Order: sequence, then structure tokens, then C-alpha cells
Amino acid sequence: MYKHLLKLRYAYQPSIKFTHVQPSTQYTPIKMTVREAINLAMDEELAHDPNVFLLGEEVGQYQGAYKVSKGLFQKYGGDRVIDTPITEAGFTGIAVGAALYGLKPIVEFMTWNFAMQAIDHIINSAAKAHYMSAGDQKASIVFRGINGATAYVAAQHSQCFASWYSNVPGLVVLAPFDCDDAKSLLKAAVRNPNPVVFLENEILYSESFELSAEARDPNYLAPIGKAKIMRQGDHVTIVAFSKMVQYSLGAAEQLFKEGINCEVINLRSLRPLDRETILESVKKTGRVVCVEEGWPQSGISAEITALIMEGGAFKYLDAPIQRVTGVEIPTPYAFNLEAMTFPKTEQIVDAVLNVLKGAR
Amino acid sequence: MKHFMRFSKISKAFKEVPSQYVYQINPIQNFEQIKQFRVIDLEGNLIAKEYNNIPKETLNQIFDLMLTIEEMDNILYMSQRQGKISFYMTSFGETATTVGTTAALQPQDFIFPQYREQGSFMWRGFTIEQIVNQCIGNHLDGGKGRQMPVHYGSKDLNIVTVSSPLTTQVPQASGAGYGFRVNGENKIAATWFGEGAASEGDFHSAMNFAQTLKCQTLFLCRNNHYAISTPTDDQFKGDTIAGKAPAYGMRTLKIDGNDLLAVYNGVKYAREEIIKNKEPFFIEFITYRIGDHSTSDHSVLYRSQEEIDSWKSGNNPINRLGLFLKKQGLRQFNDEHDNQIRKDVKNRVIAALKHGSEQQSPSIHDLFTDVYDEVLPHLQDQYTQLREHLTKYKDQYPINKFKGGL
Repeated sequence: MYKHLLKLRYAYQPSIKFTHVQPSTQYTPIKMTVREAINLAMDEELAHDPNVFLLGEEVGQYQGAYKVSKGLFQKYGGDRVIDTPITEAGFTGIAVGAALYGLKPIVEFMTWNFAMQAIDHIINSAAKAHYMSAGDQKASIVFRGINGATAYVAAQHSQCFASWYSNVPGLVVLAPFDCDDAKSLLKAAVRNPNPVVFLENEILYSESFELSAEARDPNYLAPIGKAKIMRQGDHVTIVAFSKMVQYSLGAAEQLFKEGINCEVINLRSLRPLDRETILESVKKTGRVVCVEEGWPQSGISAEITALIMEGGAFKYLDAPIQRVTGVEIPTPYAFNLEAMTFPKTEQIVDAVLNVLKGAR
Repeated sequence: MKHFMRFSKISKAFKEVPSQYVYQINPIQNFEQIKQFRVIDLEGNLIAKEYNNIPKETLNQIFDLMLTIEEMDNILYMSQRQGKISFYMTSFGETATTVGTTAALQPQDFIFPQYREQGSFMWRGFTIEQIVNQCIGNHLDGGKGRQMPVHYGSKDLNIVTVSSPLTTQVPQASGAGYGFRVNGENKIAATWFGEGAASEGDFHSAMNFAQTLKCQTLFLCRNNHYAISTPTDDQFKGDTIAGKAPAYGMRTLKIDGNDLLAVYNGVKYAREEIIKNKEPFFIEFITYRIGDHSTSDHSVLYRSQEEIDSWKSGNNPINRLGLFLKKQGLRQFNDEHDNQIRKDVKNRVIAALKHGSEQQSPSIHDLFTDVYDEVLPHLQDQYTQLREHLTKYKDQYPINKFKGGL
């Protein structure tokens, strides 16, 4: 009976096809910002497929509200890079319609916070279309925009929507961290036939990372549904995504000096979650700290906790799972208040030390 | 067989109105463009004499406030560039609309702002210090440091707090206006929104509901020609926003928004009509956004300096009102006196910035209050955890700058 349940549990995983082409070795790594990496990904995809187009507020002539689409309007013109009037509900609906027809829109939201008025189109129209039409209607569409805290923009611009969208069957939900993630995941998202929610981070836009030789290859697409182990270790597993990966790596560096080796997992894909990588790591370390920017209740960490319970790694745990999340309030504006609202390196270090209590 | 239609006997139950029908296909496209109501011309000459009815004192107070706001906006814009505040939005070129409108309304009328209505706030008594403290986010801020700069509100002044998502305030005004009518109150709900915000779906719902449910709502569209970088030509087709309102069955006025007398008279008329007929009213003001959209914008990237200058010198609300007052002998213009007004405002803003930046930040207890009506147990726990964290890492946080410390 147990085996039967196991079969059921994995039956719902969509068969996401990804093209993992053997990357070319002719490229050398290059340093760039995450913003440039996303721009490069869109540039390559616009060039690769004439059905791909970008739409959103200020994406064209203004070069993008955050300059992510810089240069694309000049290069591809107003038919491929469309400045829309101000209505998320409107242009998302239009984009979903175009996708159902067979085009491949990239919808840019100025922030995922404003996409709430478009959520009916994202979920009831895009996410459920394939299933409800018995496979007739595909919505190959990428919804992208900044998610989570941005600094000094308060409650209506700072919410993290990772748990909302990763809850929905039919959606693929991705959250890149560095340039490799940003470029190769976005390319994979564009070429994926399913609707993809792509959660970017405004603070990461200006951070520079090396774009690896592999990711520089215009044919390379990241595998969807695979996490990345950023740092190996055998004492504690830290699971994070997006900006929190940076703080987790910082915490790991600090803890290393005290002789604690942390394994840092960059989820990259929130739906589908890379259960295998998480479970293998937990079996190795026996201790877990989950980090997310969003609110604790019904968050990503709650899901990871549950999957560890269910996935056969429970008996490997040496301590209860610790979560480090945002404070459960609408984000305030005042600098001092906001600084205390989101996790940083110190809180992650504390959580690791907590989870290790009793191990020494 | 009972339902089989017998064509020999046509039912006489359907009452036809023959004048409703045409027998040729003639689609309608061009409506007659609604003209802008104007009282004074670009040089402040009085044209529509019957509307020269605003008391001299009111006109002077309005003019003083328009000068004050211009000066304040200048300093606060620069203070953002200097890092003293994180964000600001100026209202250059648009103050005749906001100040004039608010002067023509009654104090009990609710205002649902968008974000560029310093004029409305200040006419009703919101002070420079309140604005500056809100922008800084110190403990004196009436909003407890919760909101971004320019997102102020005031229950006392009957102005609903500014909210970022566009156009959400418009159906809210329909709702409030509905409540006023049902309760028989001598109050209207006046709501501001730009021509860009009128593209949102909420605009349609708000207008349709207001007319069908008979709400005491005044819709105020400020068409300042740009929505960040999007010019009106990319935002909509048809006869501006005013052209849409009659389609909802709503009474509509288009007003030259840089003509203070037209603004005042138009709004006064609209308010009277709303209370009398218990129906909404729509006004579109045609004006121009002389400044950038906000401190995050650099408008010369998408429009020419010549265009900006042509409005700034050629069709400027402050100049037009000033010339009118001068020509009508309603105000003595004296360079020294006027410079003194600007200087006083400048000094007051600078003093407010200085005083505001020396203030402590809001208390950490206020991180957890007002989420619900009371601080629930899980929040109480998180507050305790935070205090433990701050105690442990107190040299990493400027605790002495928090009101009430730990």
C-alpha cells in the first residue's frame, strides 16, 4: 500500500521537457549584473523565435521601469516590444489570449504586487487552460517581474508571492538568484510550453556575478525543476531562493570560521520543487534551516517542512526544522522598521546555531 | 406543437419605437470634441465675465498656496537628490486643479487622492511639517512610518490615505458617494486620478456603478499629458477621458486645468448639481505635468525641453492667475514681498527637514500594532523574538535612534 501511495505522490509531476544541450566550450566566463543577464536572455529569445514578444508598462521607449528591457525596443521595434496602457488586468488578459493563439508573450509586471489585479488571468485562464481543454489549449507564456522586498517601498510594493503562485497546479514557478540562473532559467521558461511565473528581485538586478561559460552559450537552457547546491557541507542544510541565497551564503561563510559546514541549496524552481536534492541533502546533514523573505504561514518553508516529513527523510532528522521568514506584518516604510522586517545573515546564523544545539 | 410559431398571427405584445431604426449602415466614429471651459486666457485677461465671482481673499489665499507648493516641491525634490528623503513627487504645473478644486468643495466632502494632490491636502490645512515628517518616516509621522513618501492621509481633513495601486480609489469613491446618498448627507466623494490611471479596469466599474446606483461622487480626471513616459496618444484614442463619461450616462465637463477661475467655478457647479440631483458628475482637467513623474524619473528622456518650456512659460497656472489678479487690481505685486514669501517657505521647509531628520525613528512596538485591531499572540511572540535579537546584537543596530528604545 505504501508503494501505491508513493506512485500517486509522484504521479502529478508534470512531464516538463527541457532541452539540455551539451554546452559549447568556446565561451569564457564574463561578469555582468543580473539585470544584464535577463536582458541578454530576452534579446536572445526575441532573436531566436519570431513568435516571442515582450509587453508591459514602460518596457519599450522608456527602456523598462527598471531598465531591464534596455535596447530591446530599438532593436526589435514596437511590434515585438509593446508599451501597454496602464491596466495589468487588461494586458495580462491580452497576453494570455495571444498565447492561446500560439504566440509566446513575455509579460513584464512593474512589480508582482501590481499583478494581483491580473491574477484571475494568470490562474483561471493561463494555468488551468491546458487541463480544462483536455490538452487542446496551451498557454506558453512567461510572466515576469520583481518580487519581494525592494527597500523603502513599503507594504504595497514589498510582498513576496512565491507561496501564492507555487501553490497552483499548471504553473511553473521559477526564482533565479545569480546571472547563470537569471539567463538560463528565463530562456528555459520562454521555450517551455507551460505558463511560467518568473520571480525576480530588484536588489539583485544591480548585483554582479560571473556568467559561466555554460550559461553564455545561447543554446543552453537551465533544467526546470532542478535546484543548485551553491556550497557543499555536511552539518546543516540551508534551503533558500532568490535574495535569501545571498544571505545564506554569507551565513555559511561566517559559520565556516567556527568549524560549521553548511550546505546551501538554491531552489531556483519553486514549482516543481526539486524534492530529490532537498531530501538527499537532509539525509546527509540531518539538520535543516529554511529561509524565505515572505510570511511564515503557508510559505515555501512550510511546504519544504512537509515534504521532508513525507519523503522518507524524517528518520534522518536530528532536530526539528527551523524556519527563518519575514515578520508577519505588512511591510512598513520607516528605515529602522523595514530593516527588522526581513531575514538577514544574523538571523540565519542564529537559526543554524539553534538547530545544532545539542549536537556538540 | 404548442410552441410552434404561427407566422400568420404576429404577436402584438412587442411595442416598437419606429424612430429607433435606420436603414443604412453608417457607423459612428467621430463625436464632436468636448470643448474646455475657460474663464481667463493665457495672459490672465478675463473673458467669461459672469464667472468673475470668487472673493478677493480666497483668490489671494489660493495664489499664496500655489506659490508655497511650488517652492516646497522644489526643496523636497532637491532633498531627495541629496539623500535626505528617499522619494518624492512634485506637482509643478498642476496646482490650479488641486487647490482650486478643494477650495470649491466643502470641508466635509471626502477626497480620494491619487498621489499628486499636495494642493488638496494643504488647502485643508495639512502642514509642511506633516508632509516632511511623513516623507522622512520619523516618529512624528501621523502614519507611524508605515508608508512611502507622499503616501499621506488625514481622517481629520476627510482625505483618504494615498494608496499605490492605481485607480483603486475611484470605485471606493463611488461606494462612499453611494453611502452619502443613502444616508441623505450633504457630502460628496471627490476622487482624483490621472488620464493614465483611467485605463485601468477599475475606472470603468467605478463610473458605471456611480451612475447606475446614483452615487454622490465627483470624478476628477487630471489629464497632464503623460503617465510616466507614456504620452496620451499611446494611452487612449477617442476624445480624451471626458469623451467616455457621457457614454455612462454621466454629466460631463472638460475644463482648462490651468485656469484657476474655470476650475473653481466648474467644481462649485458640479458639487451643487450632485447634491441637487443625487447623481455623479465627471470633470476632466486639461493641464500639463511640468516636472518629472517622480524622483525616479528623468522626463527629458522622452519629451523635448521645448515642449516643457512652452507650457512652463506659455500656459502656466500660477502666471495666468497672477496676471489676472494684477490686471483686476486684486493683488499688489511687489517683487520684494513675493520673494519674501518664497524665501519664508523655503526656510520653513529646510527647517522642517532639519528638525525631522533629527527626530527618532518610530518605535519598534509599532512594527506589530494595527495589523489587526489588537496585537494577536503570534505577533506578540514575534515581538518578543525581535527584542531578544536586538538585545543580543544591540551594537549592530542604532537602538538609541528608535523612539522608546528597546
